[in-house]
Amino acid sequence: MKKFDIIWAAVLGVCLWQLVVWVTGAPHFILPSPWRVVQMGYTSRALIAEHAWVTVLEVVLGLVIGSVLGIVSAIVLAASALCRRLFLPILVFSQAIPVFALAPILTLWFGYGIGSKIVMTVLIIYFPVTSAFHDGLARTPRGMLDLAEVMGARDWRVMWRIRVPAALPALGSGLKLAAVYAPIGAVIGEWVGASRGLGYLMLLANGRAKIDLMFACLIVLAIFAICLHALVGRFADYLDGYSKRG
Amino acid sequence: MVNGSSGGAAWEVEKLVMGAPSIRVSGGYCFDDVQLFDGVELEIVAGQWTCLLGASGVGKSTILRLILGLETGGEFLGEIVTSDGLDLTGRVSYMAQSDLLLPWLNVVDNVVLGTRLRGEDVDMARAETLIERIGLSEHRAKFPNELSGGMRQRVALGRTLMEERPIMLLDEPFSALDASTRADMQELAFEMLRGKTVLLVTHDPAEAARLGHKIVVLSASEARVWDVPETVAIRDVNGAEVVDCQAGLLAHLRGTGK
Repeated sequence: MKKFDIIWAAVLGVCLWQLVVWVTGAPHFILPSPWRVVQMGYTSRALIAEHAWVTVLEVVLGLVIGSVLGIVSAIVLAASALCRRLFLPILVFSQAIPVFALAPILTLWFGYGIGSKIVMTVLIIYFPVTSAFHDGLARTPRGMLDLAEVMGARDWRVMWRIRVPAALPALGSGLKLAAVYAPIGAVIGEWVGASRGLGYLMLLANGRAKIDLMFACLIVLAIFAICLHALVGRFADYLDGYSKRG
Repeated sequence: MVNGSSGGAAWEVEKLVMGAPSIRVSGGYCFDDVQLFDGVELEIVAGQWTCLLGASGVGKSTILRLILGLETGGEFLGEIVTSDGLDLTGRVSYMAQSDLLLPWLNVVDNVVLGTRLRGEDVDMARAETLIERIGLSEHRAKFPNELSGGMRQRVALGRTLMEERPIMLLDEPFSALDASTRADMQELAFEMLRGKTVLLVTHDPAEAARLGHKIVVLSASEARVWDVPETVAIRDVNGAEVVDCQAGLLAHLRGTGK
């Protein structure tokens, strides 16, 4: 998507929002107008920034840890038939458990701090990264593997020099998906039990009928999510370009 | 490839290592209970070009994969023996129809791929010499997508030569190239592979007639040795004897000849 398109989409969204406020005449504690939200966001900027920083930290750490775990798991699974037989069914089955349902347990185990939110984020993105990268590693062109075999290559060198580079585009799509899921994980974690973070602030604002503050938090969260997605998207493009050279 | 510039004991060692054996493949092969070929006797001549022709699906590439020791998915009943009695492992190199270059490596890194995959020290000087001989010095830092089909196949040739193996199996490596590039590549490969035992699987009678020291036509029941032109390979594309041989082969393959 072009920058231009995003700006237009945002402008359109705000116009629609304002239109709904006018047409329905909703009170500001149900649906505040865009302008009210902007004002609120500005006056509470220090408060929002303080909590946003926590959420950003959770998301970024979760994303990095989850991606690294996913990448390592995918390589181990691709390298070992035994590991595939043992762990692949468990991995697939584990997806039947809604991760959100685990949030209270995670809070119990890892506390109210950022630990439980990072674990939540890691759990949410681990599967998409592992699955996408593993698929890529399993699809190395047959001819390249034959060539390596004829050349007398060691398995782990084939992995490192051929299979991993050939699977980088697949890893890129896994990471893009992870960038979408990661903020969800952190915010859900904060809803269940936290004393800091945008999710916590939103719940707090909601409880005190400060809907404009809640919307302000939501917008900050959305902007962060879009930036994260764009950043990871560029990294994915780089991986794709590296593997295919244009 | 015995290099005249290296001397003395080193040369003797190299000669031993490089001694290109002949290979005899005999037996039958079936895939999913369907017999592809049976009772086949194929002799691949030491230090020369043996061209293997035959209808699609008759098992030409399968024979090549069997010699390479690659998975074929079927069952081979028979034997593959070398004239020097040594194992084929580590002595065979191959080129396929697709160049199989790794898109993320430049020309030099693709050429030295085998050395890297075995974790050996890379002999860059030798790689550079080879790249010069295949005429790609100017393009040494380019990536495969910046090269033409012919250049890419030359890089693939350089990569196989870097392997320094006495036996070379070629699976239609020139078939995707345009006619004039193909003729150039045939000449370059013939020159560079001098002294090696070469098996060329091809669909093209003209290619076999031009390059073969020996031509074999594979069918379900036999590997029939075909008369080669009397001139010395590599032959002129338009030589009368080449054109004759090619016409005979084509007629035979279409089932209309002798």
